[in-house]
This record gives sequence, C-alpha cells and structure tokens, in this order.
Amino acid sequence: MMTALQESSEPKRIHPHKFTLWVALGSIVMMFAALTSAYIVKKNQSSWLEFDLPRIFWYSTFTILLSSVTIHLALKAFKAREMSRYRLFITTTAILGVLFILMQWWGFRDLESRHIALTGPKSNSAASFLFVITGLHMVHVLGGVIALLVIFVRAYRVRVKNYSSLPIELVGTYWHFVDALWIYLFIFYNWIG
Amino acid sequence: MTRAGGVIADNRTIKDQSMSNEAVIHSPVEVAAHDEHGEHHHHHETFITKYVFSQDHKMIAKQFLITGMFWAVLGGLMSVLFRLQLGYPDASFPWLETILGKWAPGGHITPAAYYALVTTHGTVLVFFVLTAGLSGTFANFLIPLQVGARDMASPFLNMLSYWFFFTASIVMLSSIFVETGPFSGGWTAYPPLSALGDASPGSQTGMDLWLISMALFVVSSLLGGLNYIATILNMRTKGMSMTRLPLTIWALFFTAVLGVLSFPVLFSGFILLIFDRNFGTSFYLSDIFVNGVGALPNEGGSAILYQHLFWFLGHPEVYIILLPAMGMASEILSVNSRKPIFGYMAMIGSLFAIAILAFLVWAHHMFVTGLNPFLGSIFVLLTLLIAVPSAIKVFNWLTTLWRGNIRFTPGMMFAIGFVSLFISGGLTGIWLGNSALDIHLHDTYFVIAHFHIVMGVSSMFGMFAGIYHWFPKMYGRYLNNTVSYIHFWITIAGAYMIFWPMHYEGLAGMPRRYFDYSNWESFKNFVELNRFISTVAMIVFAAQILFLINFFYSIFKGRKVTSLNPWGANTLEWTTPLRPGHGNWPGEIPEVHRWPYDYGKDGTEFIPQTTPVGADESHH
Repeated sequence: MMTALQESSEPKRIHPHKFTLWVALGSIVMMFAALTSAYIVKKNQSSWLEFDLPRIFWYSTFTILLSSVTIHLALKAFKAREMSRYRLFITTTAILGVLFILMQWWGFRDLESRHIALTGPKSNSAASFLFVITGLHMVHVLGGVIALLVIFVRAYRVRVKNYSSLPIELVGTYWHFVDALWIYLFIFYNWIG
Repeated sequence: MTRAGGVIADNRTIKDQSMSNEAVIHSPVEVAAHDEHGEHHHHHETFITKYVFSQDHKMIAKQFLITGMFWAVLGGLMSVLFRLQLGYPDASFPWLETILGKWAPGGHITPAAYYALVTTHGTVLVFFVLTAGLSGTFANFLIPLQVGARDMASPFLNMLSYWFFFTASIVMLSSIFVETGPFSGGWTAYPPLSALGDASPGSQTGMDLWLISMALFVVSSLLGGLNYIATILNMRTKGMSMTRLPLTIWALFFTAVLGVLSFPVLFSGFILLIFDRNFGTSFYLSDIFVNGVGALPNEGGSAILYQHLFWFLGHPEVYIILLPAMGMASEILSVNSRKPIFGYMAMIGSLFAIAILAFLVWAHHMFVTGLNPFLGSIFVLLTLLIAVPSAIKVFNWLTTLWRGNIRFTPGMMFAIGFVSLFISGGLTGIWLGNSALDIHLHDTYFVIAHFHIVMGVSSMFGMFAGIYHWFPKMYGRYLNNTVSYIHFWITIAGAYMIFWPMHYEGLAGMPRRYFDYSNWESFKNFVELNRFISTVAMIVFAAQILFLINFFYSIFKGRKVTSLNPWGANTLEWTTPLRPGHGNWPGEIPEVHRWPYDYGKDGTEFIPQTTPVGADESHH
C-alpha cells in the first residue's frame, strides 16, 4: 500500500510510520511512568532496602550516550550516500548496544555478589524494582539492536538498492528514545526515587 | 424535490420486493449489475492472503467482529450457566454434568466452577468482546472508509494486531480446558488470589494462561491503537479537516488514545504480578497468614499497589468500551433523524473531557481499601465531574432526535436503546461515585446493575447499532428486518428486566460474587427475584442466537444491496463501490467539501460530504 501512503500524504506532513512510532514511544513512556511511580509509592513504605547502584551503570550510561552519537553519524553518512562510513557506524552502534546490555547484566551480577537478591523469597522490592525496570529497558534496547541488525543486513545487500532513509530515521528515533529513557531511569535511581 | 422523488423510489422498491419484509429506504440512485466491478486491485489474492492473513482493513474488521461474536456467545453462555446456579441453587440439571463433566457433578455447578465461569465471563466480555470486538471491528472498518484513506497507516501492524488478539483468544480458550480450570479470582485478578498459585485451583495453570493471554491482548490493542491514531491524524483525504470528521471517528480516536496510554500501565502491573507469581518477589505479596501454610516468606508487598495499577487502566477501559458506542450512536441517530447532530463541537468537547477525566478517577474503585478519605473526596469530585460531559452528550442526542424525521431502522432502534441504557445506568453512577454511599453499595448487586447497564449492555447496544447500520457496507446484503426488530425488543426489555431488579438487591446489601444466597436469612426474600432474573437471562440469550442466525444467514442469503447509499448518509464510506476492494475507491479518493451532518439543509434531504458547497448555500 505504499502508493496509498504517497497519494494521501502531502510532502509537509510527517510520514505515518514516523508518527506511529512517536505514539508508540508515548505508550512506552506510560509503561515506565507506571513502574517508576509504583517505585516511589513503595519507597515511602516500610522495609525499603537502601543500597548503592552498581558502579558499572555509570559506564553503561556513557556507552549508550556514545551509541546515540554513532547512530546520528550513521544517518548523516547514509544521507550523504557514504555507504562504507554508514555501515561502520551502524555496526558500531549495534556493538555498543550489545555492550550496554552486557554491562547492565554485569550490574545485576554485582548486586548479587553483594548479597542483594533481585528475585526470590529473600529479595527486597527495592532491588526487584531495579531489576524489573532496568530489565524491561534492556529488552527495549535489545529490540533496537534487532532493528539495527535488520537494516545492517539491508546495507550489505548488493542486488537491491534502497535510497529511502526512512527505516534508518525510524531506528534512529527509537534509539535516541531508549537512550533518553535510560538517562531518565539513571537520574531517577540516583537522585529522585 | 429530492425528498418526494426518494419516497416514490422507495415505494416502487417495496412493491418489487413484495416477498421481502424489509422496510426499504433507498436513495433514488439505483446501482445494478455493477456489483463485482468495484474491485480496485486486480492483483491475485489467494484464499490465505484474502481471508486469513489479510492486510485489508475491512477484512481485518470482519475477523475482529466474528472472533468477538464467538467470545460473546461463549461469555454469554457462561452467564446463563452461573445464572442457573443463582436462580435455581437447589435444582439439579443432569445435562450440566454432560457438558461440564466434573465441574457439575450430579448436575450442580461446583463453587470452583462458578467462580471460574464468573471470572471468564468478565474477562472475555470486557476485553475480548467490548474492546477487541467493538473498537477492533469498527475502528478498522470505519476509520479508513470515513476519513478517506485506502487503508490504515500500517496495514501490516494492523494484521499483526488481529493475530495477537487471535493468539490471545486461543490461549484464553485453552485455559478453560486445563485440568485445574481457568482463573477464578475475578476479572480484576487481584493479588493474593492471582499471585499465589495455591490460592485456588484456578490460580495455578489457569492464571498463567490468563496472564499470557492478557499480555498478548495488550500488545494487540496497542498495535491497533497506534494505527488508528496515526491513520486519523495523517491519512485524511483532501478537505477532511478534523472538524469535518464524523463523530464516530472522533470517538474512535479518543478510544485509541485512552488505550495507548492506559494499557501499558496494566502491562506494568502484570509484569510485577508475573514476578510475584513465578520469581518470588514481593511487589504485591507480604507476610500475610495463609490458612494451612502459615505466614508467607514475602515481606513488604502491597496488594493495593496492584489495584492502583489495574484501575489506572480499568477506569479508562470503561470509556474504551463506551466511546465507540457513543460515536456510532451519534452518527446513526443523526442519519436516521434526518437532522444534523445537535452540538457537533460540544460532542467533540465532551468526548475530550471524558477522555481526560477517565485518567483521573481510578481510585473511585478503591474507596473501601483504606484510601485516605481526603484523597477519596478528591476522587469523588473528579468522578462526579464526568456527569457534566455525559449530560451534554445525552442532551445532544435527545435534541438530535427532537422533531426529527425519525426512521426506525433496526440500527436506529439500537442507537436509541443505547441512549436509554446510558441514561439509566449513568444515573446510578452518581450514587456510586459518592465515597460515603459507596461504603454501603461497594461490591453489592447495585454495582453489578450499574456497570452492566451503563457500560456492558449499552455498549453491546452500540455494537448492535453499528452492525445493523453498516452490515450492508460490510457484506453487500441486508439483515432480515423482522428478526432484527424481534431481537431488539427482547433484548431491550430483557436487559432492563435482568438488571433493574439487581439495584434493589444491592440496596438491600446483597453482595456480589457469592455462590449461593439461599442460605442467608437476609436474602431469602430474593429467591423468587433471582429466579426471575435467571429466566429472563436465558430468554435474552436465546434472542441473541436469533441474531446470530440472522447475521450468518444474511451474509450469504440476505437481500442484496442495490443502492450505493441505502440510508441516505453523508459520510464517505457510502461513496465506495457496493463491494469495495482493497484500496476502497477504484479511482481517486473523493475530496471532502463539508461536514458530515448536512441533513435537511436548505430543503435538501441530505448532502454528502463530497458535494461542493454551492454559491447560494447557507452556513450551517
């Protein structure tokens, strides 16, 4: 139905897929808003365990910030049709994404090594909340990595050339979003919640 | 005069079809023999791509409708079964054992089975029938047709939305057949009953399946909702400004916004529930003392937290169910009164107000949970504020009908029935919204009566109105009118006879969710009344079977639609061919020049949206 899309949308209008993505992001925001407000409610009740965040979260924060820069450069390279630079940057972004996920996982391991149970009967909901919210964010980053892999495979296809920057723009918007979401969560854990 | 011409054509058509009993309302333009030539895309479609994995919004709408109807029958049948228990607690029905097996030994439904039936009835009717079946059907069908688009913003996501719903249905259906039965802790799935696997048989595998099914369902509604919003805002045809949209579209728009913003919150609640159930966390569970087990090892959890997360969806959900019915009623009332809708902008404004307030009233479901009374009083105020936009809508529907040239088509009957039920049920909402009164009325049959009338039955009526009104566009045939009227009168009379008496039971303090009331001295005087309610429920259910027969018979054998615009409506869906193909319009998408409610303007019966504004035309 691409013909239909082109027919009814004027050039100035935002592409329907982009708009759909923005609404979806609003939806994801609501999910995390629910969880972080539940976190605040629980924090003000008794038996809340205070503990230091894993230090590696600082490094993972830096990593995901860096990945936002690389995906931005990837989009710029694609628009300039510098395909080798483009491939380099999306590959870097995907690797940084995977690195971020691994770092978050190491963070969980760090908590467990300090005998702060994330799940199970001995767990405190403070740690469980951190695990669920951070874990859910990791799943969203993983979704971004999968999307990156798809456009990565496309970038190496020789036969079919695609000149539309829409898929990369969509992935880019999503990627910046999960980045911003993590920054929010990081600030929330450290200074708000 | 157009009007007179139309009447003559009508008479002729009735004479021609003297064997048929349908009242025929035709616009003068008759279209014959062009039936099958409306197809736009002639690319080859296999059975699989056309009927199964279709990306055509009209086919997806029908898939939602038929699946929703399947669940409506099953959910309705469940209510008949548990009404049998409530009406005849001492009687034995051997045939029950035949169909239910160990759930009804000796022809008596067991308490566990009773709770399973009540829970599944609630879940299925609220989510699968009145959310997916209602807005899934009509948002899919009407949005592209009425805004003038070839399909949804993303037909692929739209297809996924149905198949997530289908998978959710399969999982929910299979939960009925597991050894320990489906979940039986109420459709709200409050912990600890939902969080502890040992709480009841249904809390084991049944609850796992319930959660999986609901998670899939949330994904389905989100995919659907994203598409509906993007399509309405981005894909409107030339000239279709937001204030030229039919009210159905406005209602479906706010419905989608509510769903997209509130279902994720429910999803969060479910994730925490899954962790409590399966990974031993303490979000909702605390060291409560469980009979036979002792205190739980969990510490610090709060079951109230779940209620907050649940009702943050739960209350908008009421409007997710109700708004599509409101939108369709507005459209159908205006078309069949042959009058513009009264207060078009006020209708949009009140939809907007309801959508905002929907997010600010959830705690009125929790007045008796130990909520801070001061907080409670704020929620009372916000809840009662909903009366304002609701009253605006009712006033506008009544003034639309006022001195209208009313055509009592079956769709119109159901739309009027919707308004009636919305008033009756809405008034008791003012009672329940008061936290002081709620102390007495909470969890009684008064609540059952209120929400069934105002949201359950009235939305069902909206759905029926929509089906009767748009069936000719969906299937190119008419439903049988006589059967439709019988269906209407039994259903409206039955709905009131079932739920009106429940108000009195509730006022007398009769609590909901009990298996057998005949053992309580205080409720002995309701034995006869309960029997009456149960009997009516069975009759009403039988009338729905009549509707089903009419529906499926008419798809294949109903009288063929021969006029492009059988109701003389202004909206764009009636400018498509009789059986529109994928892409909806064979040529260009028509341009829109006016709002959709120019009925009876300047002496003309109706002026479709595609008609350019004449030089000497008055302003509406």
